[in-house]
Amino acid sequence: MLEVVIISSIKVLVVISVVLFGCAYATWLERKVLGHMQHRIGPLYAGPHGLLQPIADAVKLIFKEEIIPDKVERATYALAPMISFIPAVLTFAVVPFGVDGSILGHEVKMVISDLNIGILFVFAITSLGVYGIVLAGWSSGSKYSLMGGIRSSAQMISYEISYGLSIIGVILIAGTLSLTELVTQQGSTSIWFFANWFILKQPLGFLLYVICAVAETNRLPFDLPEAESELVAGYMTEYSSMRFSMFFVSEYANMIAVACVGVTLFLGGWQGPFIDTMPWLAMVWFMAKVIFWMFCYIWLRATFPRFRYDQLMAFGWKVLLPVALFNTMATALAVTLGWL
Amino acid sequence: MIDTVIFFVSAVIAVGSAVMMISQRNPVLSVLYFIVSLLAQAVLYVQLGALFLGAVLIIVYSGAILVLFLFVIMLLNLRGTEDLGPTGPAVSRASKYLVSVLLLVELVFVIKASFFSAVPVGIVDVAPSEFGSVESVAELLFSNYLYPFELTSILLLAAIVGAVVMAGRLRDTHQEEGETETPTTDVQIKEEV
Repeated sequence: MLEVVIISSIKVLVVISVVLFGCAYATWLERKVLGHMQHRIGPLYAGPHGLLQPIADAVKLIFKEEIIPDKVERATYALAPMISFIPAVLTFAVVPFGVDGSILGHEVKMVISDLNIGILFVFAITSLGVYGIVLAGWSSGSKYSLMGGIRSSAQMISYEISYGLSIIGVILIAGTLSLTELVTQQGSTSIWFFANWFILKQPLGFLLYVICAVAETNRLPFDLPEAESELVAGYMTEYSSMRFSMFFVSEYANMIAVACVGVTLFLGGWQGPFIDTMPWLAMVWFMAKVIFWMFCYIWLRATFPRFRYDQLMAFGWKVLLPVALFNTMATALAVTLGWL
Repeated sequence: MIDTVIFFVSAVIAVGSAVMMISQRNPVLSVLYFIVSLLAQAVLYVQLGALFLGAVLIIVYSGAILVLFLFVIMLLNLRGTEDLGPTGPAVSRASKYLVSVLLLVELVFVIKASFFSAVPVGIVDVAPSEFGSVESVAELLFSNYLYPFELTSILLLAAIVGAVVMAGRLRDTHQEEGETETPTTDVQIKEEV
């Protein structure tokens, strides 16, 4: 019992540290990649290639003065950043990140908790994240924040359905809800190491997942809750200092979470070539895939302009939802007939 | 031991926040207490080994329905300080007492039935392994409860069609009065803030 508690605690500490470190350096990646895509240089002076910039930013945000406007609803105003931060980090509890092995004579599973309903856990937790944004908007007592919050809730309701349906195809084919089991099924020993990845059987589902994931994390082109050209900063307009940075970190943690789940569902998780001889490579493959996903995320931001509000709603309800329903039906039919 | 502690803590939280929910004047806080109550209930499901039911409870209620509640509350910008308008006729004022009494009677019957039932209630030492799993829920849904399940989907479909028809009618009257077509939510908010 004690051994399990100690091993789990170490795993939790390691995963949280890696995720927070990843969040910090995701901001650096974003500024650097965006900079180069827009013919700028990005952060340069703090450390080589600006590598110390995230640390400098963190220190700056911690020491900034906290300003709380008079009109806020105190309790919810203080709670909102935490409500948006905690679900973002909780998601990582079920993501498998490597081959199970033994370290110093102890059997260690490379996942914090191997729930048999893992993917449902992910969706239950991520659906709670929206409350942080909505409550921040409502409790700030500012019209910009309120509008950001309302937009966020409407967007979340509209895209949550397609988001949920986009993964049904994978679940139908795999016949399991456990993320560990999903990764195992995508393994392949042939030279075509990606032969069993679900992206090949579910290309439409993958596309839907990517679109809805971008919408769920409020990133461009779906960042209407914080559209700076019309709403100043949307739901986080009235926040400053550490509370602001918690929103900031949770946005990046959400991006990484969505990337991890997407990689696990469609891109084979930690599967890759040579892992049977060198099991530690699994973690490298997983990291590489997640970083590539993050790069594409930033690429999207540099490429697309923001949607107009009515376009966003029409796209969600009139395009994504029918396509997602079609994909579900088609996959169900194919699985029943034994084609997949 | 630790199971018992978790059970009582989450049971108290579930009931306590349900009471807070109905005693709040501020609708947003009501919704928040509702969510806390649901989370505590999900913990109880998980303790029974019904992980699937716990997850579905959170996905459906906390993740979708209550977001919709919050959306409507925020759209109308209710803060619990509004004048609720003149009270209705005596019949409609009496109806709330009638419904409350009916619900109370129902509650008493449920509690009474659970005390004398053959199935153990409360903390179960060993839950049947199949209890609340995806397979067992699906099996029940598509065998014993097939007709209620299908009827529910028809009911939901009827509700969707009804909502669309009502929205369409509203838009027609707007156009007849020469107003601009369906103001977007943003415009409505600007008027209210």
